[in-house]
Amino acid sequence: MATETLTLGKALNAGLRKALEHDPKVVIMGEDVGKLGGVFRITDGLQKDFGDQRVIDTPLAESGIIGTAVGLAIRGFRPVCEIQFDGFVYPAYDQIVSQVAKMHYRSQGKVRIPMVIRIPYGGGIGAVEHHSESPEAYFAHTAGLKVVTCASPQDAYSMIQQAIASDDPIVFLEPKRRYWEKGQVELDGPLADAYPLHAARVARPGTDATVLAYGPMVRTALDAATAAAEDGRELEVIDLRSLSPLDLTAAYESVKRTGRCVVVHEAPGNLGLGAEIAARITEECFYSLESPVLRVTGFDTPYPAARVEEEYLPDLDRVLDAVDRTFGW
Amino acid sequence: MAKGDPGVTSRGRRAAPRSKRAAVAGEPELVQLLTPEGERIESALGPDGTEYRVDFTDEEYRGLYRDLVLVRKLDAEATALQRQGELGLWASLLGQEAAQVGSGRALRAQDMAFPTYREHGVLYCRGIDPIMPLGLFRGVDQGGWDPNEFKFNMYTIVIGAQTLHATGYAMGVAMDGKTGSDDGEAVIAYFGDGATSQGDVNEAFVWASVFNTPLVFFCQNNQYAISEPLERQTRVPLYQRAGGFGFPGVRVDGNDVLASYAVTRHALDNARHGQGPSLIEAYTYRMGAHTTSDDPTRYRIASEVEAWQAKDPIARMKAFLTRQQLADESFFAEVDEQARAESVHLRERVLAMPNPEPVTMFDHVYPNGSPELDEQRAQFTKYLESFEGSAH
Repeated sequence: MATETLTLGKALNAGLRKALEHDPKVVIMGEDVGKLGGVFRITDGLQKDFGDQRVIDTPLAESGIIGTAVGLAIRGFRPVCEIQFDGFVYPAYDQIVSQVAKMHYRSQGKVRIPMVIRIPYGGGIGAVEHHSESPEAYFAHTAGLKVVTCASPQDAYSMIQQAIASDDPIVFLEPKRRYWEKGQVELDGPLADAYPLHAARVARPGTDATVLAYGPMVRTALDAATAAAEDGRELEVIDLRSLSPLDLTAAYESVKRTGRCVVVHEAPGNLGLGAEIAARITEECFYSLESPVLRVTGFDTPYPAARVEEEYLPDLDRVLDAVDRTFGW
Repeated sequence: MAKGDPGVTSRGRRAAPRSKRAAVAGEPELVQLLTPEGERIESALGPDGTEYRVDFTDEEYRGLYRDLVLVRKLDAEATALQRQGELGLWASLLGQEAAQVGSGRALRAQDMAFPTYREHGVLYCRGIDPIMPLGLFRGVDQGGWDPNEFKFNMYTIVIGAQTLHATGYAMGVAMDGKTGSDDGEAVIAYFGDGATSQGDVNEAFVWASVFNTPLVFFCQNNQYAISEPLERQTRVPLYQRAGGFGFPGVRVDGNDVLASYAVTRHALDNARHGQGPSLIEAYTYRMGAHTTSDDPTRYRIASEVEAWQAKDPIARMKAFLTRQQLADESFFAEVDEQARAESVHLRERVLAMPNPEPVTMFDHVYPNGSPELDEQRAQFTKYLESFEGSAH
């Protein structure tokens, strides 16, 4: 079996390539995805190898990208749409929420929209405004969409292929600041053997407190766990992976053992995923909890100027601070 | 009708010296083949010099008349059903029958249509049971026909959204290599004058143009977007917008079923042969309200409605058939009787439509299902069952 060390970005590229090879109905479309290979080079080389009918440089209009992809899906294609940055998805919001999400429901199952909407999301790259946002809650709140996010090169490689193979419309969130992080990727294993798309996974086992994270915050949580271990405290880190549907099976099991839970995400805390997760864990693990479920999130501000984003983003210290507070209850 | 021969010939700029520009006072660009008085115009020129004409058999002319009458009668029945509380809402097509039947009959079997929520006439022409949209407006479903079976997409209520779907579908037709011959596929996108202000429609124009998609944009300009008149949407005739996007546009008399057919057939055939998109502005008038929730007397005057009444699409077709001795009173009576019988049948079936079981609201949210929804359904089912056998 071929295992390679790849960056998360290269792993996505390899996964997209596999999907294009596997199914002639797969088409990639978006702004600058062709000749340029995308502003993050995630589609690098794909137009050259698969042609401009499979990897389509679109006009610069996000609603048009998603709306035409709906039509292609009705025609039998499997569009993979790239939204260039998180903050540019909103012009497509109506098409995503009112059309993509509802077609199967409205048609009583007669119309499927097997679409993947790839969005690089989150901060930490020193970008200008609209380039660092975390819009996952908008989509996770919408029935008819599924929302997933990867945190490692291996997951990037297999999850993008699973998402494309799925008949559900899926918002696929890519942690842009982790694009350059490297990891081992098993390239040849059959997709059927890959870890399930809509399942959470224990990223680091532990016994003293449970930290739930996803996307770019998994690395932060793992770093926090390493630091905590030096102080003799073992944190269990769970990578949620699927944000809609949420798979909290592993989280429930973990919190029932540890009695303490911290949820971490970059998006603002108010009505974010953390609120839903805290509610469900409270309902499911009430008698096991030693403290309330705490959230470590971005603040309820617009994403701030880049020179203060390090203070805005949850980091190792804020995660450990929250863990400490669960012990001080 | 509309079988075999397309029933329309169109020539390029060089042809047709005999043709005259169809004329309605102040509307020199309007393509018209049947005047409001029922007089046939042999051919008419579009703004780019295309000559439009139709060559129907007597039976086909009568068939178009039958379509118009049936579509209007079924629509009137739906309005009545709403007034009696049997439908939650109805968006009447009254006045727009010719634009819809003409364009709908111009479609070939392989062509795909993307409607708004008012294209009951096109739906009828596609062979879909007219009961289908009534489920949506009664509130028992959200539209239940199979778009790919009938080549007629679901109704779209968000204004203009479907024009992008049509454009993407048409891109797919081209990618599938289904253009460039007489058997090629074409796509038609329906929308109204109000929709032309939407970003999605303008994006669809851009996409269709730069990808040269086999697509006909069919705009029924019925003069009003609910209460707002055309002047609030545009300062130029709508069909002229096409030029800025790089494809041809034509304005047709939307109350003339023959011209609507000819212009649409020509545009569809151009599309299926790989010549790209075009825009048709079917100039018509919404004789009724926007929907049954609307009161048009608040925003338009009776004399305007009366002026359009004189351009009625069915009256002119009837006058034509009578003048040409293509039909007699017994034919008209037979058509009326068929329309009456079909509307009675429609009414009976609407009244018999059962309400869906509550738990069906959980069906079809996702093709692959969702464990969260499975759990909600199970909990809700249990909750409902808790009432069984109780006094309630």
